Amino acid sequence: MTCSQFLALLDDLIDDSVTPELRAGLQQHLRGCEHCEVILNTTRKTIEIYRSHEIYDLPAGLRERLHAAIMARCKKGC
Amino acid sequence: MATIQPIAGELEPHPDVALVDRVRGGDVSAYDELVRKYDRQIFRIAQHITQNREDAEDVMQDAFLKAYEKLDQFQGNSKFYTWLVRIAVNESLMRLRKRRTGRMVSIDEDVETEEGSVPRDLADWAPDPEQNYNQAELAEILRKTIQGLPQGFRIVFVLRDVEGLSTEETAETLGLSIPAVKSRLLRARLQLRERLSRYFRRNKVGEK
Ligand SMILES: [Zn+2]
Repeated sequence: MTCSQFLALLDDLIDDSVTPELRAGLQQHLRGCEHCEVILNTTRKTIEIYRSHEIYDLPAGLRERLHAAIMARCKKGC
Repeated sequence: MATIQPIAGELEPHPDVALVDRVRGGDVSAYDELVRKYDRQIFRIAQHITQNREDAEDVMQDAFLKAYEKLDQFQGNSKFYTWLVRIAVNESLMRLRKRRTGRMVSIDEDVETEEGSVPRDLADWAPDPEQNYNQAELAEILRKTIQGLPQGFRIVFVLRDVEGLSTEETAETLGLSIPAVKSRLLRARLQLRERLSRYFRRNKVGEK
């Protein structure tokens, strides 16, 4: 397996949607290729960081104000 | 109330179905529950697309109102949340069009670039790289980085990886084919990784 073949399957590996045979091939490539190992780990980390950090917070005050506005208009039948 | 949870969870209707039914029956308080359940996600998605706080506030209100008005058109064959997200994405894009008067805005914008498809920065990252920054710095880095992605990549990444929609749901929500979602997701992930490397690579620790 070449690095570009590995890269083409990177998402499937991360999303855990590869067959056991393919996974074995990918893992074999990883054992001999430091670059692809770094790319796999840092891509996983990228996703994890974006998933676990709130970058657009909805402050409680604003949330209540928007919520009240929505419900007021809904009750009027919009 | 002690009940035995059924094992075959998939056969249970989604809890939103009951809430939607109650709203259709005239119970506005059930809609209140739905809004509270999803307002943060809708606000976040609107911010990611419009990149503007006021627009996101408007989009959030308009999306929930539109969903309320159109609830009769909601078919039980997709999840309420996915349906709501589709409305919010469309409202956000409309808002962008208004702002950039006359300029076409679509999720196909700027996706022809090949940038970032091939990883160049191969340096490993520090063990817990985010710990080298405080919360505010980190949020700023993450915002700046994702804002630099082409719109069509950013939406796919946000829906799929941040909000947790499946590939199929993302495709349905954006009106894209499944292969298109997959190819955009891979490029979005690789471009973000590449850009974050600047801040998180091992040898940059302590330099900031
Ligand atoms: Zn390789």
